[in-house]
Order: sequence, then C-alpha cells, then structure tokens
Amino acid sequence: MAKITFIVNNDEKILVEGDSGNVMQLAVNNNIAGIDGDCGGVCSCATCHVFVAEKDFEKVGKAGEIELEMLELEDYASDFSRLCCQIEVSDAIDGVELTVAKEV
Amino acid sequence: MISDNKTCIVIGASHAGVNFAFALRKEGWKGAIILLDKDKATPYHRPPLSKKYLELEDSIQNNLLKSLESYEKDNISLSLGKEVIRIDKENKMIHLSDGSSHTYDVLVFATGARAFIPPIQGIQKAKNIFTLRNANDVANIRKAFHSSTDKNIVVIGGGYIGLEIAASLKKLGANVTVLEREKRILARVTTPLLSNFFTNIHESNGVNIYVNKRVTQIKSEGNQNTLVCSDGSAHIADIIIVGVGIKVNLELAAEIGLHINNGIKVDTSTKTSEDAIYAIGDCTNHYNKIYDTNVRLESVQNAVDQAKVAAANICGKEIEYDALPWFWSDQYDVKLQIVGLPQGFDNSVVRNEGDKKFSIWYFKGDKLLAVDAINNGKSYVLGTKFIKANAIIDKKKLADPTTNLKEIIKINTQSR
Ligand SMILES: Cc1cc2nc3c(=O)[nH]c(=O)nc-3n(C[C@H](O)[C@H](O)[C@H](O)COP(=O)(O)OP(=O)(O)OC[C@H]3O[C@@H](n4cnc5c(N)ncnc54)[C@H](O)[C@@H]3O)c2cc1C
Ligand code: FES
Repeated sequence: MAKITFIVNNDEKILVEGDSGNVMQLAVNNNIAGIDGDCGGVCSCATCHVFVAEKDFEKVGKAGEIELEMLELEDYASDFSRLCCQIEVSDAIDGVELTVAKEV
Repeated sequence: MISDNKTCIVIGASHAGVNFAFALRKEGWKGAIILLDKDKATPYHRPPLSKKYLELEDSIQNNLLKSLESYEKDNISLSLGKEVIRIDKENKMIHLSDGSSHTYDVLVFATGARAFIPPIQGIQKAKNIFTLRNANDVANIRKAFHSSTDKNIVVIGGGYIGLEIAASLKKLGANVTVLEREKRILARVTTPLLSNFFTNIHESNGVNIYVNKRVTQIKSEGNQNTLVCSDGSAHIADIIIVGVGIKVNLELAAEIGLHINNGIKVDTSTKTSEDAIYAIGDCTNHYNKIYDTNVRLESVQNAVDQAKVAAANICGKEIEYDALPWFWSDQYDVKLQIVGLPQGFDNSVVRNEGDKKFSIWYFKGDKLLAVDAINNGKSYVLGTKFIKANAIIDKKKLADPTTNLKEIIKINTQSR
C-alpha cells in the first residue's frame, strides 16, 4: 500500500492510497484536479504532468525516453517532471509528494 | 445564457460527452446537466479496449474516464443504460427507451459511432463473430477466446483497430490472420511505407497478413467458420473479429432535420444547424482551420477538444475550434504517434533513427502537414511545434538523423 500526496493548484494537499495500477489512474479515481489522462495512460497526451518533490525524485525514478520527449510539449517542464501515468503505484513510492502541473 | 434553471442534456457519455459535461460545469453552467448513455458501464477509455485492456485482461474500473464520485461532486446526473429513442425538437424534449422523457434548453449530440457490419453472405449466422467498440464487446471476445480450444482467429479488416486486436490476441497466444480487402493494410489512413512497416511487424510476430482478400461468404458448421474470399481462398476460424470501420450514429439527428454530410454538420463553435443543439466528437463533420477543409475525425483528441469548445460557447464564451489533430496506436513494441492530417501531401521525408525508430514527415510543397512518429516522441513533439508555428523546414537536414531536429528550421514564418 502506498500513500501519495498530491498538491493541487499549488496549495491544497490531498492524500490518497493505492496498491496497484498507475499514478494517473489513482489520481483520476480520487478526483485530483488537473490530471486529465486523456490517452488513458499510454504516454501519448501529456495531460498527467506532475512535479515530483525533490526529496522523492530518486524514489520515483527518472522518466523514460519517450516520456522525456513528450514532456517537451509542456511549457513548464522541469528536471523533476514526470508523466504520472508512467509511474507504477507500489510500496516503493510510499510517502511521495507530487505537485500537479496544471492549475485549474 | 448561464441560468440556474436551464437544463443541458448530453446524448452519449464517452470521450466527448463526459469531457463536455465537466467542462460545462467548469465554464460556469449552473443548471442541470443530464448525461445519458445506453451503455451501462461507468464511462471508460475506449482506446485501451483493443490494446492493453484486451491483452492484460484488465478491469474497466482501472480505465474510467472519471471516478463515479466526480459526477456527484460536479452535480452531473449520469444516467446509464438508457437509450434516447426520439427527439421532439418543437417541444425541446427527448424520449428514452424506459418510457421517460426530459425537456432541455440545450441539447448536445455526443453519439459517436458504432461498428460497421459489412453485408457478407452468411455473416448473421457465423459463430463467435464480434466487433469491438465497447467494453461489453471485449467481455464477449474474452469469453469466446477462453472457451476456444483451437484459438484460430481471423480479423476482417487491417485498419488500426483490427491490427491492434490482432497484436493483442497474438500476445495472448492465438493463431491470428488478418484479411484485408485493399492491396495493403491501413490503406485508408496511411502511406505505403507505414503499411509495409506494420505488415513486417505483424509477420515477424507470427500474424498472417493477407491483402487483396475480399471476404464474400462465411460458412459455419458447429463452432467452425470458413471465410471464403473473392479470389477463391478459404480461411478457417473459430473466432471472427470484424474491424472494417464504423457507422456514425446520426439517425436521431437526421430525424429532426439537422444538416448532415458524412457526420452531423457543425460550425466552428460546434453548433449544428439548429440554435440550441450542438454536436461533438466522432459524430461531427467540422471545419478544420489549420487545413482549411471539412473533416470527420475518429480520435480522442477531437472528442476532448470539441467538448471544451462546445462548453465554452454554450456558456457565452465565443471560442473557435482550431485544434491540431493528433492520434496514436500501440502494437507490440511499436508506438505510433501521428500529428496533423497528411491528406493532400505531395512529398515526404523519412528520418531513420535506428531499429524501429523513425518518422515520416508529410509536406505539400514546403508546408509541413503531418508527422508519423514511430517510437519517436521527439519527432512527434517537434512536428507538433513546427506545424503550429508554420515553420519552413530544411528537408536535407531533416533526412539526416545526425542533425539535431531543433536545427532543421529554415524560416519560422508567422504562427497560424
Ligand atoms: C477499439 C478502439 C480503439 C481506439 N483507439 C484509439 C486511439 O488509439 N487513439 C485515438 O485517438 N482514438 C482511438 N479510438 C477512437 C476513440 O475511441 C473515439 O474517437 C472516441 O471514443 C470518440 O468519442 P465520442 O464520445 O465522440 O464517441 P463514442 O466513444 O463512440 O461514444 C458515443 C456514445 O454515445 C452513446 N450513444 C449513441 N447513441 C445513443 C442514444 N441514442 N442513446 C444513448 N446513448 C447513445 C454510445 O453508447 C456511446 O457510448 C479507438 C476506438 C476504438 C473503438
Ligand atoms: S495519461 Fe496520457 S500521457 Fe499520461
């Protein structure tokens, strides 16, 4: 079981729990604003962009090749950007903090 | 326009309808929003149905467009398992299959499309024959697949969906044959180069791809079907998947006299020929500003973007639909991403960046129309940016994979 904190609109913190699937679907299932997931989680739309807290980046890991390239579609991507449909929910990411890139 | 006691009714709760309902609330609509679908399942993503969802035997709960609670939270009345059977335009009323009716102030068609069943002799009596458009179809295909001992599957039609199904079922261990009527697969949607590439990918994964095969008859005995083609060849299958394209759901729209021409005609605000009636998604025929042409698109992008435009306009914000189309397809280890519409191209450049990693750039003269990117996010992303910026590209540099893609722009003309 992993506990994940989403930070929405840069202030509101929402804590959710999950044990399988990917982080985008977890966010959608918990109504996290700003995560649309239009492509259903196959790294084709870049509507699931999050900034991983610096302290957690190692835990979450680096973006894959196509993911990194897709992040270039986003104007505000940073070194800590991830498309969260590409992050598996598992114990390994318990406790991480993700800031949703799109403000709504 | 925004008033507390107005009702907006949406027919169809899929990519277009669902995104529209939430966008409408976000734009400030205070009245009721009724979102209807004859499908009973909580609205889900369609693209995975032929891909991961089929292959991984996933649950639809993991593929929802929105959680059930979010409909409640935004006060959207989601009404599932009900079909709209008649519209009374004069009284602004819709009638449902369960005998109930509702009045509307604004009506939105998000009725999409259904699978087309070709008139093949014997098709009605064929055993274990399926189309794939909704989650229930997948459930039926899985059931047939698991109870089949031979697992000889014939897919009629080598379009994206047919090929994705072929790939997914192959991975599950089936013997798969694709019968394509045209002289190459994907003939309607892409160029010979990409058709060849996908033919090779499928063949190297053990799928038989047969072209110039027009199925004229299906003979069925017990659980065995024999598909007979116009060239006399016969193919045996215990499961048949029909993937020959779609039929737009526009009967209701036609009945009330909306203008129709290969889809429900809408203007750049997504309004139909009637003032209080809008249409979005696969069911629409619309003007694309970037390509200066009328198109009907079958894509998530178009459904989502039109949904947003409709919501804004209904709430009094006048915006135009001017999106750049994009699309994807996943088969085996190949990720295809397409941006733009290549129709009308007169020259193209291939940029080869390695094994199964390349891109095809389509031009009309010097104008970049579209990019097909294979396992190549960078070409997809930069292609998107270049088309939007109306950039003029140095084709020689483009064709040379050792040049940096960012350095291939000759002139950056004014943005569109
Ligand atoms: C297997 C498959 C794979 C796909 N893969 C991709 C892909 O990789 N990328 C991509 O961009 N696109 C893909 N698509 C296309 C994409 O799914 C469609 O473009 C998208 O679903 C269109 O959304 P829509 O809401 O306009 O219509 P639809 O999804 O067709 O939804 C219309 C809804 O309206 C309902 N409806 C119709 N008439 C009535 C009525 N009278 N009463 C009540 N309800 C009604 C239907 O039940 C349906 O749920 C794929 C489609 C399929 C089927
Ligand atoms: S959901 Fe589309 S890229 Fe993550």
